[in-house]
Amino acid sequence: MDDRKNIKMVLNIALLLVICIILWWGQQNLSAFYIRILNLSAVFVVLGISMNLVLGFTGMFSLGHSGFMCIGAYVAAILTMSPASKEIIYFMEPITPLLANVQWPIFPAIVAAGIVSAFFGFLIGIPALRLRDDYLAIATLGFAEIIRIVVTNTITITNGALGLKNIPSVKSLWVYWGIAIITVIILKRIINSNWGYAFKAIRDNEIAAEAMGISIFGHKVLSFTIGAFFAGIAGALMAFLITSVDPTMFRFTFTFQILLIVVLGGMGSLTGSVISAVVITILMEVLRVVEQPMNLLGILQIPGLPGMRMVIFALGLLLVILYYRQGLMGTREFNWDYILDRIDSIRKRGTST
Amino acid sequence: MMKEVLTTDHISMEFGGLRAVSNLHMQVFPDEIVGLIGPNGAGKTTVFNMITGVYTPVEGQIYFNEQNITGLNPAQIAKLGIARTFQNIRLFNSMTVLENVMISKHLRRKTNIIDAVLGLPRYNRERHEHYQECMALLKKVQLDDVANEMATSLPYGKQRRLEIVRALATEPVLLLLDEPAAGMNPNESLELMEFITRIKNEFNLTILMIEHHMEVIMGICKRIYVLDYGINIAEGNPREIQTDQRVIEAYLGVDMDA
Repeated sequence: MDDRKNIKMVLNIALLLVICIILWWGQQNLSAFYIRILNLSAVFVVLGISMNLVLGFTGMFSLGHSGFMCIGAYVAAILTMSPASKEIIYFMEPITPLLANVQWPIFPAIVAAGIVSAFFGFLIGIPALRLRDDYLAIATLGFAEIIRIVVTNTITITNGALGLKNIPSVKSLWVYWGIAIITVIILKRIINSNWGYAFKAIRDNEIAAEAMGISIFGHKVLSFTIGAFFAGIAGALMAFLITSVDPTMFRFTFTFQILLIVVLGGMGSLTGSVISAVVITILMEVLRVVEQPMNLLGILQIPGLPGMRMVIFALGLLLVILYYRQGLMGTREFNWDYILDRIDSIRKRGTST
Repeated sequence: MMKEVLTTDHISMEFGGLRAVSNLHMQVFPDEIVGLIGPNGAGKTTVFNMITGVYTPVEGQIYFNEQNITGLNPAQIAKLGIARTFQNIRLFNSMTVLENVMISKHLRRKTNIIDAVLGLPRYNRERHEHYQECMALLKKVQLDDVANEMATSLPYGKQRRLEIVRALATEPVLLLLDEPAAGMNPNESLELMEFITRIKNEFNLTILMIEHHMEVIMGICKRIYVLDYGINIAEGNPREIQTDQRVIEAYLGVDMDA
């Protein structure tokens, strides 16, 4: 069995190397537009897997992700903008002196965004997680909206509805994908640890989990807080990607976009969320074609309909729910064991015949 | 006289206007297998739910090893050393047999979640220990050959057994079994009886069990409490119970002609 362990370690390192080479190649050769799409998919990878931890692994139907992302985006934006541009942007009311001269580097700001967001996740989790199912969904949706509205109205901190511009731009694939990969590794470790087992036990059977000595409430809050932490980080990345944030970005429809990724990828599968995040983000761009005016064989003239992409995703979601409920991966994960077992069995068949 | 493991000091439970359990005084001594029987709806599972903290009794106190556990939550009570199984099997369906058992080790973990994320040696060591202990336990109960199969893919009898093993893995002092032989044929019940006596001796357990199969109850229980409409109508050894007039009436009804 130790052999297997070594082989797997080598394969993992090889996989990381391959990803690094792809990133290096992409950074050198792809146009800014493609790099931007890839970076966006990295943001959605972080969002997808963090929501999956809450929704798929712990079984809490929480729809507050856009709120935590909003907190993260604002924290990162305010911490990294230069004092000069803060003075220009906050023209309605000046920013509080406390924050006026703050200018942090990118990485501490990203971590701070995660921590602040996790703190609010913790605060919101304590009352909200006493609810479950649909009630929890409504409560968390409400909290996300409250966050957005508070952000809109605390003008001296967030510049209100005008939003923030001139956030330092980060274009490197390494930053976005590096963070996405670290997030995947951290969440994979959590899920395969005893805490992950406890989360899954709560999802499978709350009563039995409690009888086994698992503190239900504590673990729910823990999972929710971790989810909020990574949502905050994703928010920060989003801010650096599009260099401007405003409250309307983080409406609840955004949560449903993440939900789409989680459901299509499979609730309870990290690999599923990663794949579907990348595929859906790329499809979002590819499918812009259907929103253009179209001419079908000269017979039918279709005017351009903004939002047609979402109709296609909605249909896809319907089909998945009707015919393929567990999504792309279900609760399975990509793992080397499966592939190695396959190779072993093929080799055995080869020697026996 | 030995100190009792569990005492329910005149506990009662009410749901709205319904008095599900009334003034039950029950004592369980170390190393005993005690039975709790009664017709359907007599309040047996309610008693279990009170002992394990799912419900808090409206009257009375529950003592476990002379410690008052009334009002503690189920997780705290499990930590003190009371484990239970359920009438309808409640396994963790999306997990393997081994993972189901590993869950229990969560009570004994000393490392924290940061150690797990960083993959520190002390975390890996602890996890390896837990793995070894769980595999050893599964081996003892002949479930080690299915350790990596999904819990739901096991046949019914093995699922029942796994539920007991999962409870055992929390290293309990007192084990509560809620109808372990439900849905088993006579042969399987016989095997289960042997299994229960075996684990009792091997793990130094005290067992309190609810059961409808009279041959199981009469076969392995030293003492039996009988509940009817939430009231304790009889207590004694199997022979006393079998001849008790009120018990016969509760199960078979009163003969109107007599």
